[in-house]
Amino acid sequence: MPQLGESVTEGTIGRWLKRPGEPVAKYEPLLEVVTDKVDTEVPAPIAGTLLEILVPEGETVRVGTVIARVGEHDERAEREGHERAEREGHERAGAAAPAPATRADGSRNTYMSPVVARLVAEHGLDLAAIPGTGQGGRVTKQDVLRYIEARPAIEPAPETAHAVAEATPGLGATPGGTEASPPAPPPIPDDAEIVPLSPMRRAIAEHMARSVRTAPHVTTVMEVDLGRVLAHREASRAAFERQGVRLTLTPYFVQAAAVALGQVPVLNGSFTEEGIVLNRRIHIGVAVALDEGLLVPVVRDADEKNLLGLARAVNDLAARARSRRLRPDETQGGTFTITNHGVSGSLFATPIINQPQAAILGIGAIVKRPIVISQDGIDAIAIRPLAYLSLTFDHRIADGATADGFLAAVKQALEGYA
Amino acid sequence: MPEINLLEAIRQAIDEMMAQDERIFVFGEDVGRRGGVFRVTEGLIDKYGPMRIIDSPLAESVIVGACVGAAMNDTRPIAEIQFADFIAPAFNQIVQEAARIHYRSNGDWTVPMVIRAPWGGGIHGALYHSQSIEATFAHVPGLKVVAPATPYDAKGLLKSAIEDPNPVLFLEHKKTYRLIKGQVPEHDYRVPIGPADIKRPGEDLSVFAYGLMLHYCLEAAQALAAEGVSVEVVDLRTLRPLDVATIIGSVRRTSKALIVHEDNLTGGFGGEVAALIAEHAFEQLDAPVLRIGGPDVPAMPFAKPLEDAFMPSPQKIAAAMRRLAAY
Amino acid sequence: MAVSITDHAPGTADAGAELPATTLREMFRCMVLARALDERMWLLNRAGKAPFVISCQGHEAAQVGAAFALTRGKDVTLPYYRGLATVLVMGMTPEEVMLALFARATDPNSGGRQMPAHYSSRRLKIITQSSPVGTQIPHAAGVGLAEKIKGGDAVVWTSFGEGTTSQGDFHEGINLAAVHRLPVIFQCENNEYAISVPQHQQMAVRSVADRGPAYGIPGISVDGTDVLAVYEVTRRAVERARRGDGPTLIEARVVRLTAHSSDDNDRTYRSPRELQSTRRSDPIARFAAYLHEHDLLSEAEERELRAQVAAEVDAATEAAERAPLPEPESLLNHVYAQS
Repeated sequence: MPQLGESVTEGTIGRWLKRPGEPVAKYEPLLEVVTDKVDTEVPAPIAGTLLEILVPEGETVRVGTVIARVGEHDERAEREGHERAEREGHERAGAAAPAPATRADGSRNTYMSPVVARLVAEHGLDLAAIPGTGQGGRVTKQDVLRYIEARPAIEPAPETAHAVAEATPGLGATPGGTEASPPAPPPIPDDAEIVPLSPMRRAIAEHMARSVRTAPHVTTVMEVDLGRVLAHREASRAAFERQGVRLTLTPYFVQAAAVALGQVPVLNGSFTEEGIVLNRRIHIGVAVALDEGLLVPVVRDADEKNLLGLARAVNDLAARARSRRLRPDETQGGTFTITNHGVSGSLFATPIINQPQAAILGIGAIVKRPIVISQDGIDAIAIRPLAYLSLTFDHRIADGATADGFLAAVKQALEGYA
Repeated sequence: MPEINLLEAIRQAIDEMMAQDERIFVFGEDVGRRGGVFRVTEGLIDKYGPMRIIDSPLAESVIVGACVGAAMNDTRPIAEIQFADFIAPAFNQIVQEAARIHYRSNGDWTVPMVIRAPWGGGIHGALYHSQSIEATFAHVPGLKVVAPATPYDAKGLLKSAIEDPNPVLFLEHKKTYRLIKGQVPEHDYRVPIGPADIKRPGEDLSVFAYGLMLHYCLEAAQALAAEGVSVEVVDLRTLRPLDVATIIGSVRRTSKALIVHEDNLTGGFGGEVAALIAEHAFEQLDAPVLRIGGPDVPAMPFAKPLEDAFMPSPQKIAAAMRRLAAY
Repeated sequence: MAVSITDHAPGTADAGAELPATTLREMFRCMVLARALDERMWLLNRAGKAPFVISCQGHEAAQVGAAFALTRGKDVTLPYYRGLATVLVMGMTPEEVMLALFARATDPNSGGRQMPAHYSSRRLKIITQSSPVGTQIPHAAGVGLAEKIKGGDAVVWTSFGEGTTSQGDFHEGINLAAVHRLPVIFQCENNEYAISVPQHQQMAVRSVADRGPAYGIPGISVDGTDVLAVYEVTRRAVERARRGDGPTLIEARVVRLTAHSSDDNDRTYRSPRELQSTRRSDPIARFAAYLHEHDLLSEAEERELRAQVAAEVDAATEAAERAPLPEPESLLNHVYAQS
């Protein structure tokens, strides 16, 4: 696309005057271009054959974009390119990348790898406008990403489920703020102090805001009697100690959640435009509060571990989260999250979903409360250790009844613990 | 944390587990007074006696077969195959028996046993002391296959293997035994069977390896870093069950993948990893998936130039990384 | 030790005098039940209801005699595919046998995963078997090794055909048991054929028992159609094993009254005369004659016993046929044990 006027940055293809395969003389009108300033015919810069039209009529491209190729209709060049590629490859069986063809006429390799094709389509880009640094000038994924970053931000690119999943480090939910969109920044008072954002704080902020933006959050709450779980822990604590494992309540909650996820698999899933992704394996993230923020290490295959295995995993992950010795992969790949906000006294909360998961389970403080229990038709007041469990779920994936079914299964697993 | 070599890590794992659990015993050639030809079980016979550190007859099928029977009679055998190259006579007992018993009895019987086997080349071991056997056995459902590369992983994974209710083939690269040292905590810990481990995070391309090749890949990645290429090195650690999520996750980030093993390429484990990437990360790929492996010759020869030509080296790996980075 | 007592095996008279009449009648009932079940399975096969049958017919005395010398619920058995009578004595029910024949979901042997006659029951300490022959022999040695490590006094008993003695696992397993004096009894049921290959093409020795001394253990050859002789030989081997004196190799000489399996036709390699003569060595007829002769079982009692067994087989067949087949989804179950 030639620069038609000093301040002009882009032009729209009005009409192609030649079709591919037609000969074109030097300076013969080739196409009509519409810009902010002028509408004009553009002549061919060289004589030859119109080999290829790269930008169709009606499309607007930036100045400098390759819009067509004119040249000798010559297959020899392509063949030479292939032969050279073969010479370069196969130094050792299997260990050589087949080189895509480089054109002898100096034009660059327009092969799009799968990821480049996808990025170009998703962001509505013009491949020709992106400088290529790969073999034969091929546009690489890095080239596309650099190009997107450098491009003036007109509108945010649409996010895909994959992109969200990849970008989510192990940062999970925190109870509290659920504003739907970031408010305009308030003026900073002169006497205020500014605490710089740590990388972790920034990441938490970004993920919380994105999650609320992405998923319609709904919360449902049930009360659970933890008498049997507490009794079991009391009875098992010494045996676990002997195996070097401190037994907390968290493994019980992880176990109950794993059981309930088995019964309500949709809550172990993710929402995508193609459909709800049901994860076959159950990896449960457990939020660990740190002074500077929150980490969510993941207990992998939680449904395949017994209480001892879960306790060992939870303790190990929490200890290493606190000493900042988690490996990056240990905070990734969770399919569900549990946040035990009760440890700081909170009765119940509406945590934010850890994207791209379907739901998050909040555990409230365990409080002894008098309740009415019925046995053999007789009502009596008893003192029981109770806690509120909240389930915040993505309403796109599930409805209230499904969520309640899940929570009831968690409750049943805990109250019937044996 | 004390720094120890991989061999010591394995000995510690066996020792600490045997001290805790009387059901555990070691069965293999020369494991007793001699302490194993690599000295892995050195000193254990003095501590646990000849009824728990047992010198077996020189017969691999019964080494594994007897352990299969013993595992079904409430003990926890650790079989040692002196060199992975000698495992072939036990193939029937491993594949047809150990790996299939839980399935064929509809979950009634379990075979909790570990088969330790030193594998791999680069130690002038020639055809029959250098082989890689992982692809053959990773093909078998019902068997778990573990191939640690660091002392920390070796100790934690061996303890998990001993506790696992399934037969676990535990592959110890013999060149790493004394070459590779690392910090190992003094407290009792486990490394779970299954998850891979990103040993070096990176942005530009992903490399998958295990055993000795992991260290060669880390060395090559270090060289590439100086050239401005950021290589992610993933230690697969467990080949079955394979951590598909970590492999795919890494390739989705970097969009380029290289798999390195010393086993010959055709039908090698790299083919499985490459196929998974093609199936699950196709739209994220920015380059062909590459493999480096030994040539398709029957096994590794003795003469040094021939052995060197067989083994992938950090230089060969770095060259492939450069090709992939430049693609 | 290290003696072959091939020619000095105890006879019926030695044991018969010691065992109470009720036990002798129960032994006979087990043999008759095994035969009746086996015959029913062939009928079901020929009626198109059972794809595969492999027989125990002719081996009943060898198996029942040996199993009666073991302690149910304590001793461990690893019977090969002809071990129907063995597993019945060790506690498997006719219905459970039939569930395996029909590959039903509730088959305790394998839940319909294995071919019939691949016996297994953890509850009954019958260790699961595969089809490649002889692999159970190292297992038996290993079970014995574990027993010795644990300081237990259970005895391990395994069986196999004479063809299996050519396998390396036969050698490796017996050798290990002998080296460590493990409490294992190796019973070779020699019916002179490995499918179609006769014994003289399988080995150059006259008797499998001749091999015992080569391992430094007793090798005993016994008439496997004489239930009481097998009982007595096994009883002594069990005593020896429990004492910690080590393993015994027993060859029980039996007849194979059927083809190798429902997919075999033994008329292509056995003469009509030979087939006729094996019938004369039927172990059940032989034991019935003994019981009648010693007034331990009347003809009327035998008729009643056979009627009861027939009813039991009918009931087992019907119950197993009604049982559900495995769900296709269960294909993926139990690949790995969960901790």
